Amino acid sequence: MTAATDERSYLAPMPSRPDLSVSHDLPGLGEARRGPARLDALEVSAWFGETKVLESVSLSMPPATVTALIGPSGCGKSTFLRILNRMHESVPGAQLAGEVHLNGVDIYTAGYRVTQTRKRIGMVFQKPNPFPAMSIADNVTAGLGLTGRKVGRSERSDLIEDCLARAGLWAEVKDRLSRPGSALSGGQQQRLCIARALAIGPEVLLMDEPCSALDPTSTRRIEETIAELRDDVTIVIVTHNMQQAARVSQQAAFFLAEQGTPGGIVESGPTEQLFEHPRDPRTDDYVNGRFG
Amino acid sequence: MTSATATAPPPPPSAPVRPPLPPRRLYPGLEPSDRAFHGVARSVGMFVLVMTGSIGLFLGYQSIPTLRHYGLHFFTETQWNPELNKLGIAAVLVGTVEVALVAMTVAFPLALMFAVFITDYAPRRIKGWLVSAIDLMAAVPSIIYGLWGFFILQPHAINLARWLSQHLGFIPIFHVDTDPNAAVWQQSRYTSSAFIAGLAVSMMAIPLACAVMRAVFDQAPIGEREAALALGATRWGVVKSVVLPFGKGGIIGGTMLALGRALGETAAVLIIISPAYVIKPRILEAGTQTTSALIAGDFGEASKSQLSALLTAGFVLFLITIIVNTIAAIVIGRSRSGAATEI
Repeated sequence: MTAATDERSYLAPMPSRPDLSVSHDLPGLGEARRGPARLDALEVSAWFGETKVLESVSLSMPPATVTALIGPSGCGKSTFLRILNRMHESVPGAQLAGEVHLNGVDIYTAGYRVTQTRKRIGMVFQKPNPFPAMSIADNVTAGLGLTGRKVGRSERSDLIEDCLARAGLWAEVKDRLSRPGSALSGGQQQRLCIARALAIGPEVLLMDEPCSALDPTSTRRIEETIAELRDDVTIVIVTHNMQQAARVSQQAAFFLAEQGTPGGIVESGPTEQLFEHPRDPRTDDYVNGRFG
Repeated sequence: MTSATATAPPPPPSAPVRPPLPPRRLYPGLEPSDRAFHGVARSVGMFVLVMTGSIGLFLGYQSIPTLRHYGLHFFTETQWNPELNKLGIAAVLVGTVEVALVAMTVAFPLALMFAVFITDYAPRRIKGWLVSAIDLMAAVPSIIYGLWGFFILQPHAINLARWLSQHLGFIPIFHVDTDPNAAVWQQSRYTSSAFIAGLAVSMMAIPLACAVMRAVFDQAPIGEREAALALGATRWGVVKSVVLPFGKGGIIGGTMLALGRALGETAAVLIIISPAYVIKPRILEAGTQTTSALIAGDFGEASKSQLSALLTAGFVLFLITIIVNTIAAIVIGRSRSGAATEI
């Protein structure tokens, strides 16, 4: 009960357009893997309490593409990312305006279930966060239990192998699937988290600085994983590492928050163009390491 | 160090081979202010240990004559009848455990649900109020709970007791030696029982257990909570997959702590129960006795030898409570949530 009222209050600044012709679940739910989806942010603004942290950000994230969000700390990249799968509203006092369209349907439409949205738009966090009490295999399938999906024994072991393989971890852990997930190294834990996110079959995968806590070898391994996943799932990645953005993404957006103003996108476009021929001098300064 | 020596060029053959250096002595001197604080903290800590230790020693010393006189019969005799020189704590201990178990059966689910509600469901603005309210429950003197149990709870609880014995009377613990279906039922058979005393004691156990559980649930790592949410979990999913597994140590520890409290509760029990020195599993039936209520009730008119017997009963209770609390401390300390600094 309280959840419903909370959600409504978070959405207060946004004009609500209840569309009675759609069901309360987003269309296309149920199947395990649906392929990469298109994600469009339309004039998204965000507040924490009275402080406005994002101002009218619009960005299209085409399917089967890696989009990198770059910019200095505190410019609203992570907030923007968390708005894309409705994690933003779990922070007390957080509000937002604008729309986020998943394959053309606004995920913030009144009555849509937040849990269904998050099932379709997975997330990998900065700090690896496997469930420490669960085994490696149970970690991979944790999302199934949490979303109430039942799978048979053989389907389950197929899914575990498939997801761990796609996350590039299968070869390293196939002999110790029943060991606790917390016993893995940091880089392995992060790939386990990727496998866990893949297991529920997301159409979009959001990654919030997934390599910032990892050593260079693990970072390269994750970047390979991102490259391999690109055809399966649309990826949006926040990164502080220019080289990483250049290596993994096809599209990039440069966020900036100037002194006392909310953050916004300065420039976005194909990664190569953004890095080689930036249109805005501020982008030029940032990607060439002259500030930030 | 070792890697540096390993990569260093080998010494010329003529140089004398030096043996590896042994660990050298360190002098981590404390600053005077640190030393002063250290001393104060240590003496306060020692004081607590000395107090507990001396209570235990005093009780142990006082119980020597009784244990010498009655021997093991002290633990097997149900009667407490100093005039007949028949005296033991078998019935009293059973009554103590019964009251405590009734209290915990009621308190455990309520404390757990309340703690989960406060940490994961309650709207932020009333969370503080709920915490204060439950802490206030702990501040109410136990004699008030006793009066409440006797005058307000008991007249209603006997109906529940009768209902239980009507429907579950085939189980020995819910049996009452009277006809529960009689048109005019014997209300007095259901009063002053371990059940009603346990209900009153549970009011004191709830805040203690709930405070520990709540503190631990609040520490459940935000990273794991968000991981569950991002997988499409409901709030209950987060509680089930993150909060409860993380808080297991706190759940067990808080329950044991509250159990220790329930075992020792005196005033409320003394008001509610009517003393009966028989071992009986029938918790709904009138009459029982607990260790602390026995001591409080008989203390005033006790002769010297009776006093020793009462203190012996107290010594046994002291040991039981210490064991329960020690187990609680070990469980809390070993669990992930107990080591709060490590996330």
